[in-house]
Amino acid sequence: MRQICKRDFLGLSGSKQGWHSDAKPFNFSDKERQGGSAIVDLWEGLRQAFWLVVTLDAELADIALRSLRVTLTALIIACLIALPLSAFLAVRRFRWRRGVIAVLNALMGLPPVVVGLIVYIFLSRSGPLGALGLLFTPTAMIVAQVIIIVPLIASIAHQSLRDLWAEYHDLLISLNVSQFQKMQTLLWDARRALLTAALAGFGRGIGEVGAIMIVGGNIDNATRVLTTAIALETGKGQFALALALGFILIALALSVNLAIHWVGQTERDSRW
Amino acid sequence: MVTELFPLTLSGAETSRRGVRLVGPVDLSLDGQGMCVLIGPNGAGKTSLLRLMHGTARLTGGQIDWACDRTEAQRHQSFVFQRPILLRRSVEENLTYPLRLRGVSRLEARKAAAKWAERVGLSALLGNRASVLSGGEQQKLAIARALITDPALVFLDEPTSSLDGRATREIEGILQQAKAEGTRLIVSTHDMGQARRIADRIVFLLGGKVHEMAPAREFFDQPATPEARAFIKGDIVE
Repeated sequence: MRQICKRDFLGLSGSKQGWHSDAKPFNFSDKERQGGSAIVDLWEGLRQAFWLVVTLDAELADIALRSLRVTLTALIIACLIALPLSAFLAVRRFRWRRGVIAVLNALMGLPPVVVGLIVYIFLSRSGPLGALGLLFTPTAMIVAQVIIIVPLIASIAHQSLRDLWAEYHDLLISLNVSQFQKMQTLLWDARRALLTAALAGFGRGIGEVGAIMIVGGNIDNATRVLTTAIALETGKGQFALALALGFILIALALSVNLAIHWVGQTERDSRW
Repeated sequence: MVTELFPLTLSGAETSRRGVRLVGPVDLSLDGQGMCVLIGPNGAGKTSLLRLMHGTARLTGGQIDWACDRTEAQRHQSFVFQRPILLRRSVEENLTYPLRLRGVSRLEARKAAAKWAERVGLSALLGNRASVLSGGEQQKLAIARALITDPALVFLDEPTSSLDGRATREIEGILQQAKAEGTRLIVSTHDMGQARRIADRIVFLLGGKVHEMAPAREFFDQPATPEARAFIKGDIVE
């Protein structure tokens, strides 16, 4: 098996699988052939990643853009739900508040595969939302990601907002501020900490594979994203290509994080 | 505006927390003139009484009556905390915040902020973050923010307790000016020198109750109770 895999990624097998058909085989020196296979895989992955990026591989761009589109859309929707929810939980006292916070924290560890399965059941033809025809579409993937990252963002955001509320409590009560204004003030003044919460959500979303594989189906040119493509290529034994996709995924995640940090000026002006 | 709120009357007012009475029962009547100073040793209930009057501490017994509706009264008062609570924003944004909450336009709010920053000597720091100000500057900012809405009444909880002489003098100057403009001030302090300098009326608290209340000069010249006399002399009173 190992022999076959190595032959495949060395381009010696002659088989051209998946979108990899136009990828060029690389020639290895004897020294490279004798080295540890893992190191060779890594090296080859880097080379292929570089090659795919510099040649602006159309299919790769399509998959990467779809990954970004799905995750960023899910992130925006999740933030619209999670941030007001966390602010509400910070400023409002009600009977089941602690229970809600505990559940939210517990849901941070929600297994994505289970989320995928539940969303699948709901969206499948015989499910309650089957008429919408959303299964195996990017929309279904967005729904699954939103469910996965809302608790994460809300929990992290709530920690920050709770601390800020403790700091502002007396002042805002004294100023006779309405509940909505309190939430507004907290969300604005904690925006940098909330950015971190959003980035954590983005990290979880962009790297997620279990749920979106189930609800998206990993359909070529439709629902295939970087993570599901990596899973596919690994299954096919195309380790170098899988690694190349992995490096691109990491680069993408880092770029988005850096861009958001830069836009949000997170590390400027010291504390505030 | 002053006559709308006063007289403020507390009848057997008290506040408790987790079964422990923090202050009260208090019977007190305040008119709408000058500066009233609450004095007393630590734990006497100065802060609790201020909060009770302001409405940020829950009234657990008795009643508090304003000359107008309670909600209306709360709209016309503000509170300065012992440790300034500043928003994580710039000096200017801290000053404009209460105005913006009341629907004042951004432009008008900024004009008012500039005026008040000038008045309390923070003009050069308008664009700075409030967190980088010194302790005295932070307290001046908190006072300016409390006064910017032109309230009829301002509560100040030991506003100079952690400040040096110069900053204390500057803040007392700001308070005197506000008083001269008709704002009613109720200040707590355990600094007897400050109480002598700024008070028109003294309320001496001991053990959560009003022990003595008198015009400032009368209180300092002829204290009616041995505890007040001892406190004025600087003896330990419990």
